[in-house]
Amino acid sequence: MGAARQTYAAGKVEDYLKQIGRVIVIEGKELAVFRTSGDEFYALENRNPHPKGGPLAEGIVSGHYLYDPLYDWKIDLRTGEVQAPDKGQAAAYPVHVDGDTVVIGI
Amino acid sequence: MTSNREKLVLIGNGMAGVGTIEQILKLGGAYDITVFGSEPHPNYNRIMLSYVLEGSKTVDDIILNDRNWYKDNGITLHTGTTVTRIDGDKRQVIAENGLTAHYDKVIIATGSNSFILPIPGSTKEGVVGFRDISDCEAMLEAAKQYGKAAVIGGGLLGLEAAKGLVNLGMDVTVVHLMEDLMERQLDHTAASMLKAELERQGVKFAMGKQTVELTGDERVSGLRFNDGTELEAQFVVMAVGIKPNVAVAKDSGIEVNRGIVVNDYLQTSLADVYSVGECTEHRGVCYGLVAPLFEQGTVLAKYLCGVETKPYEGSVVSTKLKISGVDVFSAGEFIDTPEHTVISAKDDWKRTYKKILLKDNLIVGAVLFGDVTESASLQKLVKQGAEMTDDIYADVMGTGCCGGGGAKKTASVESMSDEEIVCGCNGVTKKAIVDAITENGFTTVDEIKACTGATRSCGGCKPVVEQILQYVLGDGFEQSMKTGICGCTTLSRDEIVAEIRAKGLTTTKEVMNVLGWKQEEGCSKCRPAVNYYLGMIYPDTHKDEKESRFVNERMSANIQKDGTFTVVPRMYGGVTTPEDLKKIADVSIKYDVKVVKVTGGQRLDLIGIKKEDVPKVWEELDMPSGYAYAKSLRTVKTCVGSQFCRFGTQDSMSMGALLERKYERLDFPAKFKMAVNGCPRNCAESCTKDIGIVGNDGGWEVFIGGNGGIKPRIADSFCKVKTDDELVEICSAVMQYYRETGNYLERTSEWVERMGLEHIKTVILDNEEERKALAQRIDFALTQVQDPWKKMLNDGATRSALFEATEIR
Repeated sequence: MGAARQTYAAGKVEDYLKQIGRVIVIEGKELAVFRTSGDEFYALENRNPHPKGGPLAEGIVSGHYLYDPLYDWKIDLRTGEVQAPDKGQAAAYPVHVDGDTVVIGI
Repeated sequence: MTSNREKLVLIGNGMAGVGTIEQILKLGGAYDITVFGSEPHPNYNRIMLSYVLEGSKTVDDIILNDRNWYKDNGITLHTGTTVTRIDGDKRQVIAENGLTAHYDKVIIATGSNSFILPIPGSTKEGVVGFRDISDCEAMLEAAKQYGKAAVIGGGLLGLEAAKGLVNLGMDVTVVHLMEDLMERQLDHTAASMLKAELERQGVKFAMGKQTVELTGDERVSGLRFNDGTELEAQFVVMAVGIKPNVAVAKDSGIEVNRGIVVNDYLQTSLADVYSVGECTEHRGVCYGLVAPLFEQGTVLAKYLCGVETKPYEGSVVSTKLKISGVDVFSAGEFIDTPEHTVISAKDDWKRTYKKILLKDNLIVGAVLFGDVTESASLQKLVKQGAEMTDDIYADVMGTGCCGGGGAKKTASVESMSDEEIVCGCNGVTKKAIVDAITENGFTTVDEIKACTGATRSCGGCKPVVEQILQYVLGDGFEQSMKTGICGCTTLSRDEIVAEIRAKGLTTTKEVMNVLGWKQEEGCSKCRPAVNYYLGMIYPDTHKDEKESRFVNERMSANIQKDGTFTVVPRMYGGVTTPEDLKKIADVSIKYDVKVVKVTGGQRLDLIGIKKEDVPKVWEELDMPSGYAYAKSLRTVKTCVGSQFCRFGTQDSMSMGALLERKYERLDFPAKFKMAVNGCPRNCAESCTKDIGIVGNDGGWEVFIGGNGGIKPRIADSFCKVKTDDELVEICSAVMQYYRETGNYLERTSEWVERMGLEHIKTVILDNEEERKALAQRIDFALTQVQDPWKKMLNDGATRSALFEATEIR
């Protein structure tokens, strides 16, 4: 992951509903981007770390945690790490807000 | 401090040996431990290799103890180092790379190797066994390059390998010497059913064939059989059996028969040298399954730690095939002979088979196919050699139906010994689970799973873990279930609802802040529940929180595992028109619907619609939402009734449509289903509905609390009414009372049992005032509902945020 990241503008803050994920496709890679109730932004690869896969964007957001929509795994949005007793990790990408633009690094 | 500890050397870094070490550590054994393993990996769960092959787990997923674990426990680990000899005189273990280690005690746990048939060509490239990660990797690699594979051996491993290769896209034929698959675990009937099922899943079979030669140049190209026929294959897996790996013992002068010979305390013929697992022969038996090795390890660990233990007296083995969608189980004796009494049930339609063998009325073996829910209790009964009784019969043959059996199963947990392995995959004993519960105050299977690992892998032991939980907690189990609707709060549903009313709380956030939630914004369990309670209490003012809705309800369509959605339009009373059918057909074709399915509730599922197409499908269907996803009125099922049926006495279709139109869209604690029948023949199956209505000559009979789901329950007769108006009023009152008193996700079947049928009758039937008040409250709530599909179509911003992906290049 040491390689230089490219950043992409991914719309305005108000394009995102609080606590509801939005799918953003960057260069063919599908991300699930989340805006928390405290207006923090997080981005995960939109692929469930569960062996059966599936999307993440439709999960329930609580603080910086996501409950995935298909298997109810609890995932830390900051790292993509699946919380015990389940195991796994979704790829996490850096996001920041520049003015009112959401910027994602890949 | 290390100098005065005894030195324990483990040869073999597999499940049996490391399992023993884990137990020794738990018992506080004072040893300096050194482990030698031939494979380059730390300790992994070999029985889960099938899942790696299947693709549902990675090698990392099946690592049981990573390198940190060895470090943390002060264990010296030498991977990729094969031990060649034990020098009993010098008390040294010697490895092939010249490494030596002094010992006071040695455990040999070298497991077994694949048995490779000694036939011409068996050393060719492309021929592997199925024992370890490298075999697994070879298979994954082969599937990328070659098309045709053969698996020699139709036993447990062979079938798991074959299914794995099929999943990887290969054309696979299983070659088996016998006429029956898994003939060492299954009888003819179960074996035939298994073969048919696997054929359905794409595995081919060549039965009764003996392979005499593998053909090809450097790489294998095919198999030749004793009847002269041939089979093309560029990849061959030999899964004809395992051979205890006894090389170290043999070269050290230790007594070896088929395996390393041990006594009931796992001692070999050489002083201070012990042996456990598949390399071991105990009372003439070498085991190739997981439970015995944990049982051996438990005895040995105790013995080495000076803890009193019963001797190891052998294991009753049971088998479970690890292929998804194929459930097979056997334990103890499985082929019936004249001296057995056989209890069996075969169901060709459900494709299930159950057989229990008795000898002198004692349960000595069992075979299950298709439905293995009874496997845990049968395994236990076989192990105990329990006497067959009417109760056990009713329990395991399923004639007892609802309830009844629970108490007895708990009793069998009670009689289970502490050392008994509950979770075979991870070697967790009953005692470990009981300790976890008593020492940590656990009340859920998930907590036990996180702490002990039980139920982590195949999950087959979950019913037993639940029973242990119930047994240990006793009355506390009930209590603990009542406190707190989830881990975020200790408040019960009733307390939360009372607080919302008393304090006038209006949002989930407020509820959680004011009532001191542990996780500030709640979890996937309490957020939807609190959102429901708020909507029930304030039907006109509560702003529904999309972010607190489960995906299906938020999107107003059913998510499938691949992220596509199912859309189900409303069909009032199960009645549609040719025009609507045509529209459904046109839209289905336009949006490439994968499957159109008739549901159990008389509607049409349009399955496999892409997320971004969902709103367009709604728009073009231009029909109301069928709420197939909601905790709400799903369907009102009807029969043909008096309009057309020669028996019908009431117009069930019209009444069904009327009720469905009246109550649609309103939230309930759980999904809600109804049925209306025109006559007592009950063709619309009202006995398994939340409210079931049966027409008779003079009016209607109302049934409540039926359920056809996980816990089937036949509805109770609630009352009889003469007019349609009375019927609607009774339905309204029952539904509203359930809305106001039901726990979130509690079906009416559970609700009726919790509240008591008589109580509900008293509230609604004996008290006209209350009945009318309930009916008024539901009518008021019903004035607030809107069709979610229409609403979403008119809300561009939400529609875009929920359904559309933004593309950035």
